[in-house]
Amino acid sequence: MSQRQVLQVFEQYQRARTQFAQAVAELASRPQNIETLQNAGVISLLRPLLLDVVPTVQQTAALALGRLANYNDDLAEAVVKGDILPQLVCSLSEQNRFYKKAAAFVLRAVAKHSPQLAQAIVQCGALEMLVICLEDFDPGVKEAASWALEYIARHNSELSQAVVDAGAVPLLVLCIQEPEIALKRIAASTLSDISKHSPELAQTVVDAGAIAHLAQMILNPDAKLKRQVLSALSQIAKHSVDLAELVVEAEIFPVVLTCLKDSDEYVKKNGATLIREIAKHTPELSQLIVNAGGVAAVIDCIGSCRGTVRLPGIMMLGYVAAHSENLSMAVIVSKGIPPLCACLLEEQEDHIKAAAAWALGQVGRHTPAHARAVAVANVLPTLLAMYVDTRSSEDLQMKTKKALKNILQKCTYLPALEPLLHDAPPNIMKHIVGQFSKVLPHDSKARRLFVTTGGLKKVQEIKAEPGSLLQEYINTINNCYPEEIVRYYSPGYSEMLLERVENYHPVL
Amino acid sequence: MAALARLQARLSGLREEYFRRNRSVDEYRKIEYKAAVKIQSWFRGCRVRAYLRYLRKMTIVIQKWWRGYRSRRYFRKMVKTAYFIMKMNFYNEMAVRIQKRWRGYYVRKYIHNYYALKKYLEAISVNNEIIRSELQKYTEMKENEEKRKDLEKKEKEKQYQARKMHYLLSTEQIAGIYNSPFRKSPDPMELLLRKSKPLSHRRQQKKSPFACELHDWPTCKRPPSFSTAQPLPCIGRQKPQGPFRDPAEVLRQRYKPLEPTLRVAASISSPLEKAREEMKREEWRNRVHDNEFLPFSSYHKNEKYDPSIHRSGKYGQEAYGIKHFREVQPKKWVTDKDFRTVLPSIVLFEKFGKTYSRTGQIV
Repeated sequence: MSQRQVLQVFEQYQRARTQFAQAVAELASRPQNIETLQNAGVISLLRPLLLDVVPTVQQTAALALGRLANYNDDLAEAVVKGDILPQLVCSLSEQNRFYKKAAAFVLRAVAKHSPQLAQAIVQCGALEMLVICLEDFDPGVKEAASWALEYIARHNSELSQAVVDAGAVPLLVLCIQEPEIALKRIAASTLSDISKHSPELAQTVVDAGAIAHLAQMILNPDAKLKRQVLSALSQIAKHSVDLAELVVEAEIFPVVLTCLKDSDEYVKKNGATLIREIAKHTPELSQLIVNAGGVAAVIDCIGSCRGTVRLPGIMMLGYVAAHSENLSMAVIVSKGIPPLCACLLEEQEDHIKAAAAWALGQVGRHTPAHARAVAVANVLPTLLAMYVDTRSSEDLQMKTKKALKNILQKCTYLPALEPLLHDAPPNIMKHIVGQFSKVLPHDSKARRLFVTTGGLKKVQEIKAEPGSLLQEYINTINNCYPEEIVRYYSPGYSEMLLERVENYHPVL
Repeated sequence: MAALARLQARLSGLREEYFRRNRSVDEYRKIEYKAAVKIQSWFRGCRVRAYLRYLRKMTIVIQKWWRGYRSRRYFRKMVKTAYFIMKMNFYNEMAVRIQKRWRGYYVRKYIHNYYALKKYLEAISVNNEIIRSELQKYTEMKENEEKRKDLEKKEKEKQYQARKMHYLLSTEQIAGIYNSPFRKSPDPMELLLRKSKPLSHRRQQKKSPFACELHDWPTCKRPPSFSTAQPLPCIGRQKPQGPFRDPAEVLRQRYKPLEPTLRVAASISSPLEKAREEMKREEWRNRVHDNEFLPFSSYHKNEKYDPSIHRSGKYGQEAYGIKHFREVQPKKWVTDKDFRTVLPSIVLFEKFGKTYSRTGQIV
């Protein structure tokens, strides 16, 4: 046997290993093969290959494992139980960038499924290694590490805190400043996932100076990056007034309003979410947004899109209007009511309708002027129809009821109230009749109109319990009219007249 | 003595008198006593009553004065209070009047200034208009950009297509398909073809059968290397005048490779540490697994053998494939005998044992 022949054996063996690893990696990328691979015991076969002498085989084995773990949580658990993670973590720091990428991919694929799996990754000390990877030269490695960190941090605040404790945040902030778009995207979304859990975590992100860099990237032409940046900013701003003010101080207005006109739906949604998270805290912040023209932009945004993209915008209008009557008036002046009505009518899903109803209630609840503006848009019958509709969800019914109550208690615009008299349930009727009883004693024209449009008749037909509030209101209304008219419109009056005719003895 | 005699004479009378008198006194004593008591009681009563009357009168005087004094004092106080209250009411009323005016003024001016609010709302609507128009402009700009990009892309595509189809260009003799002789002017594509250069023959890219991710991983065959090319020597520079060295010599000096001293070249870590590290690495490389490793080759042991269709017949094994490969159906046989061969027999063998020789013996 010559030396060549001996070496040939090794070469063949190496080639076979490489081929096996590559084939498995290739097969694992198709979901229909996973079952078969698992039945063939692929994980225990790939495990030794992770420690192979040839880097290519290692990398490919890691890639295959990652794809398997990515498929479902059972496989991910199998990877965890198979003691593969310690191997990966050990070799993560000393291998080349391709291996690092693949290993980070495995970690990410495992962590994405559940908090327990992510916890398992944290327990085997992967965070430190991932943070070291964030300092790598290669943007691909950074991206993979950042992605893995994101999947770990997104589950709950403890895991997020673990990521923060590992010192990832300053490095992520550095990653945002890299020129590669993909890395920026993932770093931004990682920051978003870290800061979404608690004010303390958000404060950590802010302390690392993330806001300034994030705010700069709002104007980036890349839509996906914009999504992540806006999401990160809104996750930071949502926790407290201080954080929201810090976000505002980064001069995101009026730049962020351009995002509401973006062609990408998610950019619109996240932009509206950011504005909502800022507006919800204090009247001052809302005022700032109103002054920057944010309300008009949001209203346009609501008008131009459909579905869940509208939701944050609708809620933002509600929050702004809830703060004070001036802000509510600003929403009205910015022509905010027609789009909200359109949402109420067009949307299919109950939660969006509920949000629109809530927002309208907030707009209309301040003064009669506000309520009038809402009532003129013919919202009240729609709200009432939704309230009495049995198919509406409980939440929607509650929201519509509250909105109706808020608006009706301030509404003095009688023409809008009249149609409601015909088909309102008693608990709403109370408020409607109450408004009539407040207005009619002071307005002679309205009294006349009330009779001619048949309102008085309708009021007489209401069966109220004696002594109740409703009865009191009805009495107040009746007192505004001469007795004959009231009796004329009372039900059963014609029979009474006929009876009188029968009992009448003609005088001859 | 006469007197005595007279007395003596009168003694009995006297005695009688005495007795009588005593008796009458005794008789009236009780009445008198009672009368005396009555008189005394009356008198004393009068006296005490008079005294009491006197006392009461005095009391009344005192009380009258005292009460009068007190009431007057109280009245004065009451009047003062009433006056004070009246004054305060008046002041309050005035204060309310002032505050009313002031507050109304203040609120109207600073807090709920109707005109300011109106102006503010107007300003907001104007601002909204501006923002809306600006955003509109922004979107238009974006759209234009997008369109332009699309156009550019299409143009590029077209050019690439033209380069690819450059062979369709018409020649002097033969008109191309875009240059129909029945038309007045050639197709725009023809013009494009004329302008574009033909695409050079593309080098075949060797494709790996696996994913592109694997493909572009340099699998440590070509490690990333820094350029180690020698710097180019300077071009035609004369040796500068003066006591300078030859430029080539200077450059050689400048770019000579690093020659570290032994001290520097040696590793920082001690040989012991190095050896340990080496051992560690060795260990890491040849890590022993105690866990059971189930290779794929033994996987079949757990599985039940699945016979083929032909072997798993309902009525036991079939002979087909084991004993013969041709189907045998004895029912259809016409005869039990084998078919006879139709080949012409060898005459000599046919006749073997059946013919006689000339000599009458069986052959």
